[in-house]
Amino acid sequence: MDFSQIIPSLPSLWDGMKLTLQLLLLAVAGGIALGTVLALARMSNSALLSGFAKAYVNYFRSIPLLLVITWFYLAVPMILNWITGEFVAVGAFTSCLVAFVMFEAAYYCEIVRAGIQSISKGQINAAYAVGMTYSQAMRLIILPQAFRKMTPLLLQQTIILFQDTSLVYAVGLIDFLNAARARGDIMGQSHEFLIFAGAVYFVISFGASSLVKRLQKRLAV
Amino acid sequence: MNYNWDWNIFFKSTGIGSEIYLDWFVSGLGWTIAVALMAWIIALLLGSVLGVMRTLPGKVLPAIATAYVELFRNVPLLVQLFMWYFVVPDYLPEPLQIWFKQDLNPATSAYISVVVCLALFTAARVCEQVRTGIQALPRGQSAAALAVGFSIGQTYRHVLLPQAFRIIIPPLTSEFLNIFKNSSVASLIGLMELLAQTKQTAEFSANIFEAFTLATVIYFVLNMSLMTLMSLVEKKVRIPGMMGGAK
Amino acid sequence: MSMIEIKNVSKWYGDFQVLTDCTTDVKKGEVVVVCGPSGSGKSTLIKTVNALEPFQKGDIIVDGISVGDPKTDLPKLRARIGMVFQNFELFPHLSITENLTIAQQRVLGRSKDEAMQKGMHYLDRVGLKAQANKFPGQLSGGQQQRVAIARALAMDPIAMLFDEPTSALDPEMVNEVLDVMVELAHEGMTMMCVTHEMGFARKVANRVIFMDRGAIVEDCEKEEFFGNIDARSERARQFLSKILAH
Repeated sequence: MDFSQIIPSLPSLWDGMKLTLQLLLLAVAGGIALGTVLALARMSNSALLSGFAKAYVNYFRSIPLLLVITWFYLAVPMILNWITGEFVAVGAFTSCLVAFVMFEAAYYCEIVRAGIQSISKGQINAAYAVGMTYSQAMRLIILPQAFRKMTPLLLQQTIILFQDTSLVYAVGLIDFLNAARARGDIMGQSHEFLIFAGAVYFVISFGASSLVKRLQKRLAV
Repeated sequence: MNYNWDWNIFFKSTGIGSEIYLDWFVSGLGWTIAVALMAWIIALLLGSVLGVMRTLPGKVLPAIATAYVELFRNVPLLVQLFMWYFVVPDYLPEPLQIWFKQDLNPATSAYISVVVCLALFTAARVCEQVRTGIQALPRGQSAAALAVGFSIGQTYRHVLLPQAFRIIIPPLTSEFLNIFKNSSVASLIGLMELLAQTKQTAEFSANIFEAFTLATVIYFVLNMSLMTLMSLVEKKVRIPGMMGGAK
Repeated sequence: MSMIEIKNVSKWYGDFQVLTDCTTDVKKGEVVVVCGPSGSGKSTLIKTVNALEPFQKGDIIVDGISVGDPKTDLPKLRARIGMVFQNFELFPHLSITENLTIAQQRVLGRSKDEAMQKGMHYLDRVGLKAQANKFPGQLSGGQQQRVAIARALAMDPIAMLFDEPTSALDPEMVNEVLDVMVELAHEGMTMMCVTHEMGFARKVANRVIFMDRGAIVEDCEKEEFFGNIDARSERARQFLSKILAH
C-alpha cells in the first residue's frame, strides 16, 4: 500500500467534499421542509390531504434511493422540457438534489409526525384556549417543542443521508467518493484512495453520531 | 413534447435474440431476490451472533461486536461494495484470486461481492435490533433461567432469544425490506439486477417513464408481499397473553 | 344577563354518548362550580364552552356569540375566554415572561411593551414576579398553575374556565392556587370551575352543578346544594359523602 499521492490530491478531494456537503445541506433543508409539510398534511382532518401524504410516504419508502436518483436524472430534464416547452439543461446536481429532497422528505415526514404526536394534546388545547389559530399554534407552540425533541433523530437521519449522497456516483456527479475514485485511478493508487475515502466517511459519520448520542443523553435528563 | 408513450413496450422485442423487455425485468427481479435472500440469511445469522455478543458479560466480546457495528454503520454502502469488489480480491491468496477474477464469470463474482457486502452491512443493523430485543426483556428472565440451572448458552437459546426475536419482528421486517432496496447498488458493479435492467430498458427503448414505472410497481409489490409475509410470521409465532397476543 | 348559555348540548364519541342534553347558564359575575365523579363528562362539558371539544347537538352562546355556528371565528372567541387546565399546560419551551406575552402579542396584537406591562402586573398579582425569567420546568406545580392563571388573565377575559385546576397538585400547593381563585371571584370575575374542592365551592360559588354519566343531575344555588342534602339525588349524596369524608 502506498498512500503517498493522497496529500498532493487533497485539493481535488476537497472539491468533491464541497459538492457532497453542498448537496447534503440543501437536501436536508429541503427534505425537512417538505417532510414537515407532509407530516402536517398526514395529520390533517382532510381525508384527501392525509391520504395523499400517506401514499407519498409509502411510495418513496418502498423504492430504492438509487432508483429515484437514476430515474430523476433521466426524467427531470424531460419533465421540465414539457413544462417550459424548451430544452433546459438541468444538470446532474439539480436532478440529484430533487431526488434527495423528495426521497428524504418521506423519511423526515415520519420523524416529524412522531415528534408532533409526542407533544401532549393539552399543549395544543392551551394554544387554542388563548386564541391562537391552527397555524399559530403549530408555529409558535407545537413545532418548536417537537423539533427540540426530534433533533437527535433528525441528525441521525442526516448522517444516513450524508452516507447516501455517495450514490450520486451512479449519475457521474463528482462528489467526494467519485473524486477519490477518479483521482485514485489517475494516480494509480485506486485501492489506497478508496480506503482513504472510506476512512474519511467513517471519521465524519462516527464523530457526528457520537455527538448526537451525547446530545441525546443531555436531552433525556 | 415528442415523447412516445407506449405501455406495450414490455411485450416488444429488445432486438437481442427473441427476448422481449419483460424478460429483462423478470431476470432482473430474479437477481434482486437471489442477492437479497442470500445476504439476508447470512446477515441474520451473523447479526444474531453479534447481537448476543453485545449483551454478554465481560469486556472483550461486547467490544468486538460494538467495533463491528460502528465500522459497518459509518461507512457508506457503496464504499463498502467497492471494497469488496475492487480491493479485497487483490489481497486474497493467489489461487483464490485467480478463481475469483478469471475462472468465475463476471456476474458470479459481482454476485459474491454484493452478497458479502450486503450481508456484513445488514448484520450490523440486525445486531443492534437483537441487542435491543434482548435488553428489552425483564432482567428477571435471565436470572430465572440461570436459577433453574441453564448455562449461559442455554439461557440464550431457550429463554432470551425466543422472546427477543418475537419482539423485534417489526424492525427486522424493515431491515429485510431494506436489503431488497439496497441490493440495487449491485447495478453499479455491473450485476444485471432489477434496477440495472430498468435502466437498460429505458436506454434501449427510450421509454423511460414506462420502464421506471414498472420497476417502481415491482418494488412496491415486492415490499407489500414481504410485509404481508412477515406479519403472517409474526402472527404465527405470537405467544398468547404476551405483548398484545391473544389471551 | 347570561355570559355563558349552554343549551341542550349532546356529544358522542362514535356510538358512545359522553354528554346528554346538558342545559345551564352562567351569568355575568357568577361563580359556578361543576362537580361529579370521574368520567361524568364535566371536563368535556367545560371544554365545549370554548370549542376545544366539538359537540353534535344543541348550542352554546358566549356573550351573544354562538360557539356551534361554523361561521364563528373560534380563535377570536377563545381569546376572550380564559382557561386554566388540570396539567397547567404552560409552554415549556418559553420563559415565564414569554408564556405571559406571546398570545397578547400574536393574538391580540398588543405591543411588546404593553404585553410585558400587563403580564408583569398579573404575575405580580399571583405573587411570582421574581420568577419572570425562569422556565416552567423550574417552577413547582402550584407556581406553574398560578402562572397559568396569570397568562389567562393577561388576555383580559370576559369569563374564566377552570378544568380541575388543583387536582394535579401536591396537597400542600392546593391552597396557593385556590387563594388566587377566591380573590378572583371576590373581584367579580365570571367563573365556571370544574373542581372537587367543596371548600372553595362553599366559600365563593353562587351555584353548584352536579354531573353524572354525561348529564346534569343537579343545578342549584350553593345554599340549597349544601344546606338541604336530603333533597339531593341519590348519586349526588353518595358523591358528596365520599368527597366530604376527606
